[in-house]
Amino acid sequence: MTRIYLPQDAAALALGAEAVLRALRAEAARRGVVLEVVRTGSRGAVWLEPLLEVETAEGRIGYGPVRAGDVAGLLDAGMLEGGAHPLRIGRPDEHPWFAGQTRLTFARCGVVDPSSAGDYVAHGGFAGLAKALAMSGEAIVDEVKLSGLRGRGGAGFPTGIKWNTVRLAEGGRKYVVCNADEGDSGTFADRMLMEGDPFLLIEGMAIAGVAVGATKGYVYTRSEYPHAVRAMRAAILAARRAGWLGENIRGSGHAFDMEVRVGAGAYICGEETSLLNSLEGKRGVVRAKPPLPAIEGLFGKPTVVNNVLSFAAVPWIMEHGAKAYADFGTGRSLGTLAVQIAGNVRRGGLVELPFGLPLRAVIEEWGGGTATGRPFRAVQVGGPLGAYFPESLLDTPMDYEAFARAGGLLGHGGVTVFDDSVDLSRQARFAFEFCAAESCGKCTPCRIGAVRGVEVIDRITAGVETAKNFAVLDDLLEVMTDASLCAMGGLTPVPVGSALKHFPEDFDATARRLPEAAE
Amino acid sequence: MLPILHALQERFGCVPHEAVPLVAEALNLSRAEVHGVVTFYHDYRATPPGRHVLKLCRAEACQAMGAEALSAGLMRRLGLEWHGTTADGSLTLEPAFCLGLCACAPAALLDGEPMAQLDDLALDRVVAEAQRA
Repeated sequence: MTRIYLPQDAAALALGAEAVLRALRAEAARRGVVLEVVRTGSRGAVWLEPLLEVETAEGRIGYGPVRAGDVAGLLDAGMLEGGAHPLRIGRPDEHPWFAGQTRLTFARCGVVDPSSAGDYVAHGGFAGLAKALAMSGEAIVDEVKLSGLRGRGGAGFPTGIKWNTVRLAEGGRKYVVCNADEGDSGTFADRMLMEGDPFLLIEGMAIAGVAVGATKGYVYTRSEYPHAVRAMRAAILAARRAGWLGENIRGSGHAFDMEVRVGAGAYICGEETSLLNSLEGKRGVVRAKPPLPAIEGLFGKPTVVNNVLSFAAVPWIMEHGAKAYADFGTGRSLGTLAVQIAGNVRRGGLVELPFGLPLRAVIEEWGGGTATGRPFRAVQVGGPLGAYFPESLLDTPMDYEAFARAGGLLGHGGVTVFDDSVDLSRQARFAFEFCAAESCGKCTPCRIGAVRGVEVIDRITAGVETAKNFAVLDDLLEVMTDASLCAMGGLTPVPVGSALKHFPEDFDATARRLPEAAE
Repeated sequence: MLPILHALQERFGCVPHEAVPLVAEALNLSRAEVHGVVTFYHDYRATPPGRHVLKLCRAEACQAMGAEALSAGLMRRLGLEWHGTTADGSLTLEPAFCLGLCACAPAALLDGEPMAQLDDLALDRVVAEAQRA
């Protein structure tokens, strides 16, 4: 019997993993070969998906990207013994695209069976929680503080300080809430982790619960992620059965349990206070801060709200120590960042790297340039609220401060590449349009400003009173930046402003009309 | 309340207006509060969709791979707007803003199953298959 590993990550499924499996089963039956198929998550190389792996004497040998039509040929070439074939990539962890990464959080993703708590433990899982169960809440928080871990959702607030506020807050019941409402275009790290290594998130949230004295956790994720929802729910059941969740975790006397809640297509619910309202069954309207959720969060109780990747970084920190984590990274951006290479790139996917690598290396070395083969023109980093950077800013290092200095934001680490066919005035208009559609409506600068923004850009690109409308636009951007209640309205000026600053030619109505007339 | 609304939509294909007073009574809320929640979230429909639902991504990463022209072309060929359903009731077209399939764009969910690297041909196949089943 030969063991085969085949991802069931949504991206692998979208690229035909099920058809590959059907072809494989049919061919195996025809040839009288017995296969054991283990469904894994993705290792992150979306450009190699579906990435099929075979267990051989020399370890796991990968073949990708495999299409159903390749299966018979692969078997003819002796794939089950690791035979040579143009799609053979060798041992994945030795392939340069993977070997050059620093995989702390995503070490198991794509390797393990995401439905098996036993497989997770066999790969070193729950070691961090086991350690934490024997520690005081204060000691856990100190370790997280010392690691320099900052919130991976985008704002980059120090995780340990947030946890300490909740730990010290008065209030009988406390909550741990995972923000898995990953709505930013160009990002898919949370989805990949929930589908490929859901126990890691469970472990990280349980550690948070033990640290702050919370016994109940929620994962709030998106209805657009049905596969992640299923994987997370199955893993929670399995963890409960194995005693890693429940009234008395592994006999430690600590209680922690959790459940998954699914949003309903509102981008704004990725904002933490809006998310809390949604969890409470209300409209996802933003709350004014203060009070901070750490003091008055879910149902008015002290609540830790962190991104998937923040929680998922903690088990490694607990197991290997804060110092080892802080040895990665640069300046005040310590540890690793899950960079998601998306849009118009040849080799898209997720790479985990220490902070500080230049953006250019991500796009050119890992991404391999544009998918269309046309020249690079712009990159948007950090989702729909992130800046558009031109070629001249590609040497910006991937760290929070460097990005802020360059007028952008790292956000959740999404890197969306555009070729020279992009029109930045359209992207700026889309930023306003998106804000208008997704604004919760609570504050005026965001609710009204976004609608006005679309109108003003339309006038500018139509060449109507351009100078006056540019002045209105500048004013509007300033009002939205300074007076919006949350990042939705407050940061929509970032993509718009960066498009205006770095690509002014796209907003020039007279210049725009010429090439169109020439066509 | 969201799990209840999701369950309703799962069962009926939409959250019917008639359900609002029932949910309100069960949760001890006013009808206005329930109506407010139902209408806040993009997912909840007031009427059932076609036999199949295609959620086509319109966000930036998919735009970088031509999603705008792709959806415009499909809508033109079908004579539909966003949220529209074909006359034979086979397919409803809905916009999505990111499906987390940004490294294999343009992407869509067809009845909850992911599709990637879409082009006109692939979408026409979806339409044809939706008509048959």
